[in-house]
Amino acid sequence: MTAAPLLEADDLHRSFGATPALDGATMRVWPGEVVAVMGSSGSGKSTLLHCLAGILLPDSGVVTYGGRDLSAMSETERSALRRTDFGFVFQFGQLVPELTCLENVALPLRLERIRRGEAERRAAEWLERLEVADLARKRPGETSGGQAQRVAVARALVTRPRVVFADEPTGALDSLNGEKVMRLLTQAARETAAAVVLVTHEARVAGYSDREVVVRDGRTRDLTRAS
Amino acid sequence: MSIGQVFLGLLESGPRHGYDLKRAYDDRFGHVRPLHYGQVYATLSRLLKDGFVELDGVEQVDGPERKRYAVTSAGVTDVDRWLSTAEKPELYLQNTLYTKVVLALLSGRSAADLLDVQRAEHLRHMRELTRRKASGDLADQLVCDHALFHLEADLRWLELTAARLDELTKRVLT
Repeated sequence: MTAAPLLEADDLHRSFGATPALDGATMRVWPGEVVAVMGSSGSGKSTLLHCLAGILLPDSGVVTYGGRDLSAMSETERSALRRTDFGFVFQFGQLVPELTCLENVALPLRLERIRRGEAERRAAEWLERLEVADLARKRPGETSGGQAQRVAVARALVTRPRVVFADEPTGALDSLNGEKVMRLLTQAARETAAAVVLVTHEARVAGYSDREVVVRDGRTRDLTRAS
Repeated sequence: MSIGQVFLGLLESGPRHGYDLKRAYDDRFGHVRPLHYGQVYATLSRLLKDGFVELDGVEQVDGPERKRYAVTSAGVTDVDRWLSTAEKPELYLQNTLYTKVVLALLSGRSAADLLDVQRAEHLRHMRELTRRKASGDLADQLVCDHALFHLEADLRWLELTAARLDELTKRVLT
């Protein structure tokens, strides 16, 4: 890794009440790589993702994105960063049920004040890329879990983010649909040179990554360096 | 798995007779297949020839002579290398991995590091298979899936063992 890291977390501590979730977590994400963050339930891996994405602020420690300290930004600036530079895929429940799949994918572009026609044209391209073009006029409730997740991936990538945060993106899917989502997500991310921070407890999902970081009791270990 | 390396690991805690070694091995690792005496003495004679053990003394109480063996520094280096090197991910590794974990605990080495090294090797292999699947036909995909599911099972065992290391340490050291 010769280029500078895109995202850096250094010695993060974060507690919820008296319960520590992160206890000195450190990791780096380089442009264009797919890094799996693994760990058992309650290990702190989702908290780490939320801190990296600026959704949560650490109690101590620093997260920098492109050299900028996320804690030093205002909430408005962090929110803008999440809309323009970051994409998100969660386990489920992320699509707006009242909107069609096409409108869901176009939504991040509309929030950036891009005209409806242009936003929907780009959204349609992404639905095509994720092999769900036929769902454009359907609402999320009319799709299967695997289809909805592919629509969510299209929505995460439509703004061409530099980092996609995926938190257990296949957690609610069967093996076959899970694999399809992972194949399409990593393929699309590589084609657009987006980095992916993939939180998962499933080794087969981590198989799609370039390297793994393990979180145990709120601390990180880069397994690439263990071997 | 090499019985010789397990013997060297067991001898690190102090010199033993062949009979003691067999008993220690069977107690800890022989639940599936206890050693035959022939294997014990053939292994010790090979370790002696290779310079990994040396004779520490000969005793005769009520019966035949009993030779006591001690591990040499070359033997300790050999165990060290074995315990710090990941096993090639293949089917039915659990016996070897369990043995390595127990020997690491017995000798005061880091079993957590050993498990992480193995975990990294398994994950590396899973990434290779995942890439092969992406470019392969259906037959390739099914073959890779079979291997991936087995590796995943091993990984779950590695994770569970890592989570139980404190408990296992107490059991092994008492």
